[in-house]
Amino acid sequence: MTTDLAGLKTNRRTVLGGLAAGGALMLGAAPRFVQAQSSAPIKLGFQLHRTGIGAAYGRWYERTTQAALKLLNDQGGINGRPVEIVFEDDGTDPKRGAEVVEKLTTQAGCDLILGPLFSHVVIGSAPRAGELKVPYLVCSEGYHVASGMLNRWTLQPGITDVRAQVSSMAPWVMQNLGKKVTMVFPDYAFGHDHRDFFTEAVKAQGGEVIAQIAIPPTETSFTRYLPQIPAETEVLYHVMVGPAVLTFVKELGEFYGSGARPQIFGFIDSLEAVDIAAPGLEFLEGTHFWEGHCRVKQADAPEWESTYRAAVGVDDNGASVSDARDVSTYAHMFSCWETLFVIKKGMEASGYQSTADRQKFVEAIEAMTAFDAGLDHVQGAKTFNGKTHQVFGQQFISKVEGGKLMRVHATSIEDGMYPDAVDYTAQSF
Amino acid sequence: MRALSLHLAVLALLLALHFVLPAYHHANLARIMVLAVFAMGYNIAFGYTGLLSLGHALFLSAGMFGAGLLIQHFGLTAAPALLIGTLAGAAMAALTGLLALRTAGVSLMIVTLMFAQAGYLTLLYFGAVTGGDEGFPVPAAGRVAFGLNLAAEGPRYLVALGLFALALMGNLALVRSRFGRVMVAMRENEERSRMLGYNPFAVKLGVMVLSGLYAGAAGAFYGVMFGYVGATFATIPYSILPLLYVLLGGAGVTLGPLLGAVLMFYLIDLASSHTTAQLAVTGGALLVLVLFAPKGILGSLRERGLASWLP
Repeated sequence: MTTDLAGLKTNRRTVLGGLAAGGALMLGAAPRFVQAQSSAPIKLGFQLHRTGIGAAYGRWYERTTQAALKLLNDQGGINGRPVEIVFEDDGTDPKRGAEVVEKLTTQAGCDLILGPLFSHVVIGSAPRAGELKVPYLVCSEGYHVASGMLNRWTLQPGITDVRAQVSSMAPWVMQNLGKKVTMVFPDYAFGHDHRDFFTEAVKAQGGEVIAQIAIPPTETSFTRYLPQIPAETEVLYHVMVGPAVLTFVKELGEFYGSGARPQIFGFIDSLEAVDIAAPGLEFLEGTHFWEGHCRVKQADAPEWESTYRAAVGVDDNGASVSDARDVSTYAHMFSCWETLFVIKKGMEASGYQSTADRQKFVEAIEAMTAFDAGLDHVQGAKTFNGKTHQVFGQQFISKVEGGKLMRVHATSIEDGMYPDAVDYTAQSF
Repeated sequence: MRALSLHLAVLALLLALHFVLPAYHHANLARIMVLAVFAMGYNIAFGYTGLLSLGHALFLSAGMFGAGLLIQHFGLTAAPALLIGTLAGAAMAALTGLLALRTAGVSLMIVTLMFAQAGYLTLLYFGAVTGGDEGFPVPAAGRVAFGLNLAAEGPRYLVALGLFALALMGNLALVRSRFGRVMVAMRENEERSRMLGYNPFAVKLGVMVLSGLYAGAAGAFYGVMFGYVGATFATIPYSILPLLYVLLGGAGVTLGPLLGAVLMFYLIDLASSHTTAQLAVTGGALLVLVLFAPKGILGSLRERGLASWLP
């Protein structure tokens, strides 16, 4: 209510005579608001893929964020103030996404917004966040923050992007699996990022992408694409997203049967929220996956890993503690957790008090350079590039052994770094 | 006279709301007015002429990409881009109409749906230029028309209102014109109209072009005003959206699309805050509508004689 009134007073020409009386009332109310502001909760808006194509991610993003919020408040909140989060479904749709940014900012009065994963939603919503001058902390993966496509109010401090992920893994794939690669990817932008950056990285390693098989996103069966995989393929690189991923992986298994097959390297996106021990997936035994965060708790896991899993409600296999069939989106959902703790650091560094400090908050994040591993950065240490608004971190390669994903390689942070394409700090707010 | 007064009063109300609405609803109404223009175009085809298309997302996205790509790749400013985008919607409708209007009824629905899907997949196929499914933000320099920054709240609302007013008064003039009556004749009895000497194909093609012009304008303005152009606007839900607006507000009533757009927008907005089943809520509302007011809200009022003068 206060936000609405403030918006009315500052942004609209007041043509109703009645507003004079309203203004007097507001003057009376103002001291109480200022007084309350110092101890009132900090309100964060979470743009959630609760329905639509991103729903499996959304479900776990909400759980992870709730768990992080509880920990944050147990630790004393931010700047001595409790924190609350307003979740709003964007239907994984860019049009609705922009409306949700609007709703969280101008109606719910949130201090900032975080949370979206899917690239098209981020790109569709970021312009509105820029217009409203509200910090927009995304947990996406496409190469669109660091590419310079967005604006100064959009940051990605919680997860690396596809460009960093694929280019850091290419050397290991070349050295350990083979040099002739066939790529199977969805025929839209996320897949194109994989195609372009992995092909480039493979070439740099002296390998060759011998076939690129793009699959239209409307496809529900993949049998007619699989015979296009050249026989001389040494490594089959696959990445799929959306409801058809399970069909894709099963049909891949049926295609090769028990006969000879190339080495298979996939992005865990193909199997996020899917039980790897599901019937029909036996052929994945011995294949490799990229993971942003290891779904199965590894023997050398740091001590905070158990605390994180318990807080989020995930067992050692990456499934819900209350339902072993409810597999998490473990490789991605840490991004919400870490983003929330970056927000805490940013607000504390900028002395954030109210929405008037939003610009100072963004500048404080831009000034950050590194995050140490620990309970607030559960996936590992990270390097933050304030100019490109993008974080860089380790990537993991796991092998399916005995039906479980076991880590066989961890990249260094530097492996995924690339030259800056933008300097957001040079842009005006 | 009564009808004209009502339309002018609605426009005056929308203008007054500019000054009093809180920020959130102010921005929403700007969106709704542009979406209502889209639905008005749909109403011209479906409500007045009986052409049930499921391909209007193609015309919407033709307008949106027509304007957006020119700004993105050729550095055009908003005014020429909006004009060309609007015309792109009409051109796309003409092309589709030439082929699709050889069919009617259910076949027309299927053929237009196929055209729209082909358009969507074409946008993805040329992803390097169109941005594919991710789309692209419209550069700030391309969102200024005649010195008005369409990214700013005030000008954006007023431009949306201007577009809406033009579309609404154009729609009113159209349905009261001789051509408007021929449109209704096509809907009511095409064979009889043919017997009276009208060429149904030519009339329906003209209607499709007009409908595409509205959809193209809505797409171009939506993209430029809200700063994003993307292929999701070419997907099937965006073909169904104007149909729902029109069914809810009243098919064959000039003010039906606006009422439908307002109600549907807020129905989804309110429902999504309380349940993940917002589509079920929308579906339930439509079910109730079909059972108790099959002509939509304003259509039912007109049918029951409460507002028989509504155009």
